Amino acid sequence: MSWTSQHRAIGMMSSDSIPLLERGPAYDVESIRFRYQSNESPAARWILDNISFHVQEGEVLGVVGPNGSGKTSLLKVLARLMTPQQGHISLFGEDLSAKAQREVACLVGVVPQDTQMLFPFTVAESVLMGRFPHLARDRWIGGFGWESREDLAIAEQAMMTMDIVHLAHRSVTDLSGGERQRTVIARALAQTPKVLLLDEPTAFLDLQHQVEICSVLRRLRDEGGLTVVLVSHDLNLVSQYCDRILLLDHGKIVRLGGPGEVIEPEVLESVYRCRVLVDRHPSSGLPRITLPGRPLSGEN
Amino acid sequence: MKYVIREDLLKQLPATVEPGSCREILSHGTVSQGSILTNSRWVATLGILTLTAIAVGMICLHFGAQPISYGEVLRVLGDMASDRDRTDGTSDIARTILVQVRLPRILLGFLVGCSLASVGVALQALLRNPLADPYVLGVSSGAALGAAVGILFGVGTTFLAETALPACGFAGGLVALVVIYRMAATYGQLPIHSLLLTGVILNAIFSALIMFITSILDPNRSYGMMAWLMGTLTAPTYSSLVGLMIYLSIGLFLLFSQMRVLNILALGEESARTLGIDTEQAKRSLFVLTALVTGAVVSVSGMIGFIGMIVPHAVRLVIGADHRLLLPASALVGGTFLMGADTVARTLIAPTEIPVGIITALAGGPFFVYLLLWRKDRLA
Repeated sequence: MSWTSQHRAIGMMSSDSIPLLERGPAYDVESIRFRYQSNESPAARWILDNISFHVQEGEVLGVVGPNGSGKTSLLKVLARLMTPQQGHISLFGEDLSAKAQREVACLVGVVPQDTQMLFPFTVAESVLMGRFPHLARDRWIGGFGWESREDLAIAEQAMMTMDIVHLAHRSVTDLSGGERQRTVIARALAQTPKVLLLDEPTAFLDLQHQVEICSVLRRLRDEGGLTVVLVSHDLNLVSQYCDRILLLDHGKIVRLGGPGEVIEPEVLESVYRCRVLVDRHPSSGLPRITLPGRPLSGEN
Repeated sequence: MKYVIREDLLKQLPATVEPGSCREILSHGTVSQGSILTNSRWVATLGILTLTAIAVGMICLHFGAQPISYGEVLRVLGDMASDRDRTDGTSDIARTILVQVRLPRILLGFLVGCSLASVGVALQALLRNPLADPYVLGVSSGAALGAAVGILFGVGTTFLAETALPACGFAGGLVALVVIYRMAATYGQLPIHSLLLTGVILNAIFSALIMFITSILDPNRSYGMMAWLMGTLTAPTYSSLVGLMIYLSIGLFLLFSQMRVLNILALGEESARTLGIDTEQAKRSLFVLTALVTGAVVSVSGMIGFIGMIVPHAVRLVIGADHRLLLPASALVGGTFLMGADTVARTLIAPTEIPVGIITALAGGPFFVYLLLWRKDRLA
């Protein structure tokens, strides 16, 4: 498939012939603690409290939890947007905090929750910006640089993958929420990352594009060895598309495992403080969550 | 990590992404505006703008208290270029007016306009706000205060004037930018109302101090200071013009070297970091550069407002947001605009000259109100 050949063509993917289980961890997170520090409250509560886990290379990991459980903070810490006060994170065996921002950007693509755009860049220009970290390292000359043919081919491929080629000349300020979301994901893919971190990637998307993005992520995983960490509120989506699920509550890991181990009624009810019904998805057999609806009229 | 392009593997790509055809694919379906910036569009746009700037420059040389015919203008310019000292055919007066007065003043106007528009582009991307402008934000008045303090302590009358006044202006502009930077850092992105409020407050404080300095100067000097503060271009000597040109060229070159970084910064701080930019460092160096350029410009021409806002905004509407074209194009348009505005200032009620700052403020103020009232959607 073309995406994979792109990866191979630029000599990136060294690991796509190695079976999933034999690969090393993409992320190795060791007892990190993180809190927002301000002068007013120097001893704020820990947003992430003593968290340790691994992200296997080539897996799709879903991060779920109630509002304020620390999902987005965890993602930002993994993206090196924030640095934990305690603990240690390594990315492909190397210390994350010792890496330059640009080195991290060559390995890790991030799709943030807020994708608001202010300046009228075209969709194609926005996607091409994903090639920025791969530019010549010299930062004074880099300002004048043009994208190479390879950059354009990779951006083009990312736009095809996200189904936005027909929007190429449109201004990002005039896009719908879903189109903008797909543009931002395409930009992250244009970084040709080995790890993709996504914060609520399906929040603005209709059903068709929700399903499409999730299958695209799995396809990139299968064919290109991409590692995906996905924060979402949508438990059903996570259950259907993720290999493992990390359930957070109050900055602590409640459970980490396959959908069958995490999506259990008792676990969810204790974390979300709300009754849920869990049964099997009719086609995949994976757990499916249903909210308790109002009782049928006539019954009580 | 090293990226090796393997041509043999690139050949295996599906036909639709054949390397070489991709730029055409990416610019497909483009009627009026290409989907990406191409070399040819860059060269064509800047070529047209350069020719326009030269044409407007010629027109500006023609106009004045005493109009000089285009034929004479060309002849004198030709003589200057070939370094001939020919007096036949051209009157001495016309030659003196052109060479000693109009040409240096027009060149100065172009330089100042270029710089103000470039600074405007950079500040708008940095603060993620299309209304940012050195004048509105109070950077200009900070620089003016710096220069005024310099004049108060007699720097303006010594041999230091040409180098020390821009340095004083730089220091003042930097103070203003540090305050704005602190505000922006607190709010992540400076919301429109906080931005304007910061500008109003800074302008009020700096003007009060400038007025204090003006009031304690002796009347002759304070009159000159008032005229300078309103934004005036006066014909400089060629040596000071060259000095300023070198100073600004360095500042603008460094600013232009950050064009791609500005593109990424315009996406917002967090996105910029995920794309590999050390945002703190990038913002610091860009703020220092903008203060450097603004300081130099204000110390020679006073507070000429709104060019940094109108010009980038208008240029962005026509050519798009990519700073690799937006920044040089805005610089050319800003230079051309100020040359024209200054010619209006020289000739409107000739022989009396009005400060060009009045012209730009009269053009920019209403535009600013228009943006605030009718283009709220674009102001975040």
